[in-house]
Amino acid sequence: MDKRPARPVPEAELHALLDGQLDAGERAAIEDRLAQDPQASATLQAWQRQRDALRHLHEDVLSEPVPPSLLAAAGQAQHAHLQVQQWWRWGGMAASVALALGLGWFTHGQQQGSAAALLARQQPAHEFVHQAALAHAVYVPEIRHPVEVSSAQEEHLVHWLSKRLGRPLKLPRLNEQGYELVGGRLLPGDEGASAQFMYQNARGERVTLYLGSTPAKVSGGGASTEFRYSADGPVPGFYWVEEGFAYALSGTLTRPQLLQLAQAVYHQL
Amino acid sequence: MNRQPLIAHIPALRRYARALTGDAWACDDLVQDTLERACANWRLWLAGSDLRAWLFTIMHNLYVSQVRHRVRQGDLAHPLDLAELDQEPVAPASSADSAIDLQRCLLRLPDEQRVVLLLVTLEDLSYAEVAKITGVPLGTVMSRLSRARSRLQELMDASATPPVRSVAATEPVAPPLRRLK
Repeated sequence: MDKRPARPVPEAELHALLDGQLDAGERAAIEDRLAQDPQASATLQAWQRQRDALRHLHEDVLSEPVPPSLLAAAGQAQHAHLQVQQWWRWGGMAASVALALGLGWFTHGQQQGSAAALLARQQPAHEFVHQAALAHAVYVPEIRHPVEVSSAQEEHLVHWLSKRLGRPLKLPRLNEQGYELVGGRLLPGDEGASAQFMYQNARGERVTLYLGSTPAKVSGGGASTEFRYSADGPVPGFYWVEEGFAYALSGTLTRPQLLQLAQAVYHQL
Repeated sequence: MNRQPLIAHIPALRRYARALTGDAWACDDLVQDTLERACANWRLWLAGSDLRAWLFTIMHNLYVSQVRHRVRQGDLAHPLDLAELDQEPVAPASSADSAIDLQRCLLRLPDEQRVVLLLVTLEDLSYAEVAKITGVPLGTVMSRLSRARSRLQELMDASATPPVRSVAATEPVAPPLRRLK
């Protein structure tokens, strides 16, 4: 390498060659010149290895199943697009009729919502408690994936769930009661996203705290309720509503034990 | 139109975001935000135009504003905290240490260089498309790409020869004189 070639291959051309930005003629011309330029060839080889390594890194992500939360977000986007398309197809007249109808339906829905909220305040919020109990029954037996985000990433877990639920969450601790945090997950709920935190004691018994918006939020009322006990679902639990946000603490424990845990949670929120 | 076209882009968005952030959770957050933004702005996408380029543009803008936000908050340590990467290998265990090293070196590149390098390398986008997505002139794309490749090479070479790992894991600069601790 004591002698530089008469016409060294410029670096920009090496990048273009490497990144497949050239047509066959340009490629052949550069490859000819590269044969005379060992230094440029070596650079190109190093970059090629780097490129291969980068493409190999996280290659597995391409074949992983797409997380349900992302599928749901994509579904929303496609739905919105469909609506826009239909809007154009119908034209102004039909669209305004649709708008009027839609508004009517929407306000109807709102009224239903506040009726449901009233009901929820007066009667046990069956739906919410049922969802909490179901989520408990589904995820508590999981050995390998009981949670989406483990307690090792506690800060991220709280940040992430707060963002998804649209309100700052606090992570209650039950260590004094002998339960350590396992982690949490995001779940779909009737009123938008819900979150589940899972705790486990030394004997491996698990309890879950399920939280999410209540229908009461729709009516704008910052309704709060006292503790209520429910043993209807697959697992008993205490639930309560605080400022339009509902909580359910579930576990296969006795009623006093559950109440003690629920109170511990309540005092930390 | 069914969901297929959009869903088909999710794996590529995830891989890019994963390499960009080096963090599985930050990655999916970024993808989710991208899809939500796409949902809110569907009417800005011209049917028939390049959906992939549009999605990557949205993701790029979100990422840039996240980085700016972090800089303002003085929180540059997260999620680029290299010490954290030690505990939480971002690469699958099977692909060994070299993948972890590569991701770590990648995160040491300036953001704007990493963006260009990854868009070109992972997505096979043309330089003109990358210029459009990142909103900078073509010449800037070229110079960032060039600096990114050279710098990454230096970082990888440095990590291949076992360095004196400083606690802060900053620049792998070997001091001329070393004091025994």
